[in-house]
Amino acid sequence: MASKLRDDAAAALTGALFDGMTIMSGGFGLCGIPENLIAAIRDSGVRGLTVISNNCGVDGFGLGLLLATGQIDKMISSYVGENKLFEQLYLSGRLQLEFNPQGTLAERIRAGGAGIPAFFTRTGVGTLVAEGKEVRDFDGELYLMERGLTADLAIVKAWKGDAEGNLIYRKTARNFNPMMATAGRVTVAEVEHLVPVGDLDKDAIHTPGIFVDAVFQGARFEKRIEQLTTRPKEVA
Amino acid sequence: MAWTRNDMAARAAKELRDGFYVNLGIGIPTLVANHIPPGISVTLQSENGMLGMGPFPYEGEADPDLINAGKQTITELDSSSYFSSADSFAMIRGGHIALSILGGMQVSQTGDLANWMVPGKMVKGMGGAMDLVAGVRRVVVVMDHVEKSGAPKFLGACNLPLTGAGVVDLLITDLGVFEIDRKGSGARLTELATGVTVEEVRSKTEAAFDIAV
Repeated sequence: MASKLRDDAAAALTGALFDGMTIMSGGFGLCGIPENLIAAIRDSGVRGLTVISNNCGVDGFGLGLLLATGQIDKMISSYVGENKLFEQLYLSGRLQLEFNPQGTLAERIRAGGAGIPAFFTRTGVGTLVAEGKEVRDFDGELYLMERGLTADLAIVKAWKGDAEGNLIYRKTARNFNPMMATAGRVTVAEVEHLVPVGDLDKDAIHTPGIFVDAVFQGARFEKRIEQLTTRPKEVA
Repeated sequence: MAWTRNDMAARAAKELRDGFYVNLGIGIPTLVANHIPPGISVTLQSENGMLGMGPFPYEGEADPDLINAGKQTITELDSSSYFSSADSFAMIRGGHIALSILGGMQVSQTGDLANWMVPGKMVKGMGGAMDLVAGVRRVVVVMDHVEKSGAPKFLGACNLPLTGAGVVDLLITDLGVFEIDRKGSGARLTELATGVTVEEVRSKTEAAFDIAV
């Protein structure tokens, strides 16, 4: 079998990028984002992107980098606050935006990766989200039909991974990464720690390697914190 | 002399019951965690993928991989667990969370909630709020009674885009507490904040409500 191991982000993305493509990007806020891959996508100059991600980074970091260069045409997200450039681009009509409720977004991606074309949820019934969608009564409750979601490319970030593409995420940096790994026609993973095959606890693997096409150890993890909140140490 | 933000959070905390799994929204609802009554143990869910949220970390000990849904750094407890966003919303959508306490921009007398956008002015997104109001068994909204302009926020019908229709069970404002029937049989004023009169509430409310104080 051809190796999935790549030297760096640019090598991992070779042949996977084209103008007008759809990319899923893991992370919640700046937590668990594939920051090396996002930077490599910026450097590639690929344009006309539709990006599926819960948020769109912040000004100057994460997916905010691709907004600044004008590479994104459309976002599919649940929350875009805390990003001035995003708001400007959207309100001035230079960026399309499809809002999905966060749970609906997560389930659309899970369904897409599992070969499920659509599902029904109560979320969004009677709201703008329901516009143009089938509503069906199940047992006296109204549900909305939502479609499964896939992408040309999924980029994810894990804590540990091996050359088979097996991945383990850490704490709340897991978020959307496991579902997105299943829903990309090509899935590329950057890991903080590349470990020898056999080192990962097989019972603890979150994403089995079948879902991953290329894996590499990220060159640099800035891991910025969006809202640093602390408490003072108690004095004895 | 109405309730402060902390008073409102303390009143909302009275809705907690021992053993509850609870999701707290951003803003005043977050403060509810500071008012959990003694003898009551609740587990806080964070929809980005955690059960058992702990307090803020000590200075210098923040972990970028450990945040709440408001993107604030937090800590874990011995009882905590982590999971994906899909599993998180299976808990929410599947009715496994007992109580959700959320902020609001507008609430209607039939329990409609609007809290995610102001067309043409403010676009932030609904995040997990639409899933929470659709899936959590009991929904409490905590908000100021009126806008900064003085305009009422508890209305006959919301004029902002809805987060959910017929989803609010209890509304807590700085002026008092309203029980709302999701099935549309109306709202009841059940408590008044310190020093607030029924007349004051009436003058600042557009929604129709019965009085049960």
